[in-house]
Amino acid sequence: MAETLQFDLVSPERRLASVEASEVQIPGADGDLTAMAGHAPTITTLRPGVLRIVRSGGTDEFVVLGGFAEITATSVSVLAESALPRGEMTQEVFNGLMADAHAEMSKAKDVFKNEPGPVDDAAKLIADMVAIGTHIGLDPKQSNFG
Amino acid sequence: MPSLKDLKNRIASVKSTRKITKAMQMVAAAKLRRAQDAAEAARPYTERFNAVMAGLSQAAEGSPSAPKLLAGTGSTQTHLLVVMTAERGLCGGFNANIAKLARVHAKKLVAEGKTVKILTVGKKGRDSLRRELGDHFVGHIDMSDVKRMSYADAQRVAKDVLNRFDAAEFDIATIFFSRFENVVSQHPTAQQIIPAKFEAVADAATASTLYDYEPSEEAILADLLPRGVATQIFAALLENAASEQGARMSAMDNATRNAGDMIDDLTIEFNRSRQAKITNELIEIISGAEAL
Repeated sequence: MAETLQFDLVSPERRLASVEASEVQIPGADGDLTAMAGHAPTITTLRPGVLRIVRSGGTDEFVVLGGFAEITATSVSVLAESALPRGEMTQEVFNGLMADAHAEMSKAKDVFKNEPGPVDDAAKLIADMVAIGTHIGLDPKQSNFG
Repeated sequence: MPSLKDLKNRIASVKSTRKITKAMQMVAAAKLRRAQDAAEAARPYTERFNAVMAGLSQAAEGSPSAPKLLAGTGSTQTHLLVVMTAERGLCGGFNANIAKLARVHAKKLVAEGKTVKILTVGKKGRDSLRRELGDHFVGHIDMSDVKRMSYADAQRVAKDVLNRFDAAEFDIATIFFSRFENVVSQHPTAQQIIPAKFEAVADAATASTLYDYEPSEEAILADLLPRGVATQIFAALLENAASEQGARMSAMDNATRNAGDMIDDLTIEFNRSRQAKITNELIEIISGAEAL
């Protein structure tokens, strides 16, 4: 087994994980990236997605929504605005998040009629959320969303 | 001189008051523990966040393209005071101290000819500032239905503040809250959140590391600054929650002790008057017997 790096996942409310990992797959704003020991120091923002940690005992998965990651040669710290272990991401929780994303979208459409920026952002948020749902096998297309 | 019956009633009433204050003290103690744990749990996030922001903002400072949230609007005319207090009273000087600090601050700014706007979070602060500074109120955020302070609550406050900033309603924002030292001392504190100030980290290793930024440094800064406002507000709300319970606990402890003293005094008075009454009756009987 190659060298490991110290991985920390913290949200504003609690520390979710602090383990030795051999690799960490991060959903970066500009695309996914995998951090391993000896990675160049990087700071990247996150898009909503699935964070996967590979360690000696197996892999852990967390659903993260926004935030950023600080990568150094020996450690990865993910500061997520909101994060859930994948096991806690039930269809119910996911529906709530989808509803929020759709609400954001309709609000953006109302408020920013002539500015595409926020509407695009909201659309991207929904797309990211749908991608998460597909990834972990939850149904994003609930009938109660317009 | 109150009658024996009056005294008895008063003792009974003080006793039940003592029971209530004692119960409130114990509830506050339990809540304090939880609030402290929450504040503790939030610390790693805040520390890391501030460390990264300090590095980023140092790099961006001075550059003409620095975001307004960091560099300010270039004016210091309009101040927004975010006064964060509790929703409930009966916690000693907690609410009054925060309100007092905010009031002094506001008066000073007004005297300097600045425009002052006040946003209150928590009912008690609004009530105690309304009489003197009611004209400056621009909004109120209700927290009465919040049982456990969550990050979403902080985001709610932050969103309100940021919307006002985007609408150019103010130049400088300061939050007022109580910093939790320990159960008996809480310090009302004023902290400027916009333009953002991050304490530089002494950690040389972090400061000297050159990071790659993805996307660009400016994009990250623009993305993180609004989150920074929420993070600082969240930290302040948690400190506030712990302070409130700490203040309530010591206030209720005092109240319980005072009630105990009062019961002792009243009991002595009750016993004396009962004895006086007995003596009186005896004298009456004896003098009646002698008269025969």
